[in-house]
Amino acid sequence: MNANPTVASPDVDYQRIVYPYRRSADQDAHARGDVARHPVVVVGAGPVGLCAAIDLALQGVPVVLLNNDGRLSVGSRALCFAKRTLEILDRLGCGQRLVDKGVSWGVGRVFFRDAQVYQFDLLAESGHQRPAFVNLQQYYVEGFLVERALELPLLDLRWHHGVTGVEPRDDHVALTLETPDGPYTLLADHVVACDGARSTVRRLIGQESHGRTFHDRFLIADVRMNAPFPAERWFWFDPPFHPGQSVLLHRQPDGVWRIDFQLGWDADPELEKRPERILPRVRTLMREASRAAGGDGAVPDIELVWASVYTFACMRMDSFRHGRILFAGDAAHGVSPFGARGANSGIQDADNLAWKLAAVVQGRAPLALLDGYARERELAADENLLHSTRSTDFITPKSEISRVFRDATLTLAKDFDFARRLVNSGRLSVPTTQYGQPAPDAPIRIDGHDDWLLRQMRPGRFTALVFDTPPPTKGGQRVSLGPEWGLGVQEGSPMPRGEPAPGLPQVDVAVRPLPDLPHLPHEDVPVLLRINDASDPHGLVRARYDAEPGLVVLLRPDQHVCARLHHPTAAELQSALRRALAQDAALEETPACR
Amino acid sequence: MPLITSPNFDAGDDFYEALLAAHQGLEPAQSHAFNARLILLLANHIGRQDVLLEALSAAARSTSSDAPPAGFASHEDPHERT
Repeated sequence: MNANPTVASPDVDYQRIVYPYRRSADQDAHARGDVARHPVVVVGAGPVGLCAAIDLALQGVPVVLLNNDGRLSVGSRALCFAKRTLEILDRLGCGQRLVDKGVSWGVGRVFFRDAQVYQFDLLAESGHQRPAFVNLQQYYVEGFLVERALELPLLDLRWHHGVTGVEPRDDHVALTLETPDGPYTLLADHVVACDGARSTVRRLIGQESHGRTFHDRFLIADVRMNAPFPAERWFWFDPPFHPGQSVLLHRQPDGVWRIDFQLGWDADPELEKRPERILPRVRTLMREASRAAGGDGAVPDIELVWASVYTFACMRMDSFRHGRILFAGDAAHGVSPFGARGANSGIQDADNLAWKLAAVVQGRAPLALLDGYARERELAADENLLHSTRSTDFITPKSEISRVFRDATLTLAKDFDFARRLVNSGRLSVPTTQYGQPAPDAPIRIDGHDDWLLRQMRPGRFTALVFDTPPPTKGGQRVSLGPEWGLGVQEGSPMPRGEPAPGLPQVDVAVRPLPDLPHLPHEDVPVLLRINDASDPHGLVRARYDAEPGLVVLLRPDQHVCARLHHPTAAELQSALRRALAQDAALEETPACR
Repeated sequence: MPLITSPNFDAGDDFYEALLAAHQGLEPAQSHAFNARLILLLANHIGRQDVLLEALSAAARSTSSDAPPAGFASHEDPHERT
């Protein structure tokens, strides 16, 4: 392969990049009176839109990704990327860059007034490749994803393309786009709207989000300083340096710290954004923190990098699917920042949607599968909204009595474990499990190499974990697990390994349907991973999947468990696959908008 | 197990006395905070969500009317208070 010119050096200033406008062939077609049509158009090149577009391209779906300007996120914004998000980004081929650049953490401390109440470890268990969280400025994440996107020939990323018109039609959507060369129209079989909290697509089809707005203001100050804090999440309730309010501290790369000050509803956002207001707050915090740690109260030099005063609402759209328009991320739902559930849940939306949309585009599944996306992610949004709302109610008590109970909880938490569980400074993002759990990762061993289970899955493919301990192998002979499974296994076919990314040789799966069985399309045949003493020497895979010999765990392409079958017959295995692909559901659904 | 509303104390009068003693000398705000801690401790001890919800609604019912139950206040007889 030729050297990739798009991969930037580590010291690229992603905040300054302006990606150029390029005229597309569709505009020339438009000038000739033709209208181009694409299978999928994704609107919005933020983290969610980039993930959706990359995932689709990796699964063989040509995708156009539109962004209304040429810049990445201004400011650190999302910052906290959860373990599950890292696993998704691993699947997309970007995870390692995030981990390398970001600050990994798993420990949080909670303080009440002048004392630590307790601390927690989000990932106390070993045997996971990824940490509980990585802190990384959003513009790095977007920059890495853009560079990944530019590697993919099927992904057509168009900067400086604003959407000004959305017209849903029977079996496609007509989009009107505004560019520096003027407007043009293109048609999309499917539109994925990832254009953020103030979604243009949502507005243009007359939809809105509903929910609860909170009357409180928060200040984010990103400051560069040489501070002695460890890479942990620190949360203060009612600290002496900011009485009556809360403060949250996070470490970022590049010697930058995020400090999030609760200001109250009456604060003047313009006034509070001024450095002369922010820097004294930070200096007071640093002085108090230094003294609390037994220091002399010395305050380091502090440089203000970015500041933002924000309010938030907890809301979502009633439906994430409107015919052939699918909503994901902030366009579909908004949460409070406490718990890091915004970008993380948005990327999980993309994770859930991409394989389903690919299967629909490729004719392997009916449109009803997209209802499955909407249903699953609406429930996930409800769960995130519930946690987010509860966190907010704990952090900012709405009445005198709620403050009494909040403070009682914090007081008890110093002494009693049960009360620590009630302290809610943000229930940190974990994947929703309403429709099957994301597959837990675990170390495995392949061909004498240590590797990770989740790394073995292929883009767009189902995976069957076949637990066959004690291993039924006999000296490297071809071993069949039996026709009753509908699977023939070639001994000696190594499990596919390596980065699940294009450019890899497509590993021929070690599983074939037996000849006397209904033939599955190649794309629907699960990749088989045999879990036994050889591939699972530590027993962690078997432990985490609660497995006994004969168990088959079927994983969807988004690494979610969709079936646990004990000694399944071929028919049972195929039935589980058909169910996951909605192949028996609503085949008669008309393509018209619902 | 439903919420127990029949007498269940080992020694009700002793508990009541201890409860008042615990509040002795506290300012109203301190008493509120004490009660909140006590409720949280007892709620954790009970644990069961169905029982706790029943207790919440029983407490709400019991205080939702400022007037004493009908047929009680009107027949006040000092001789019954011994």
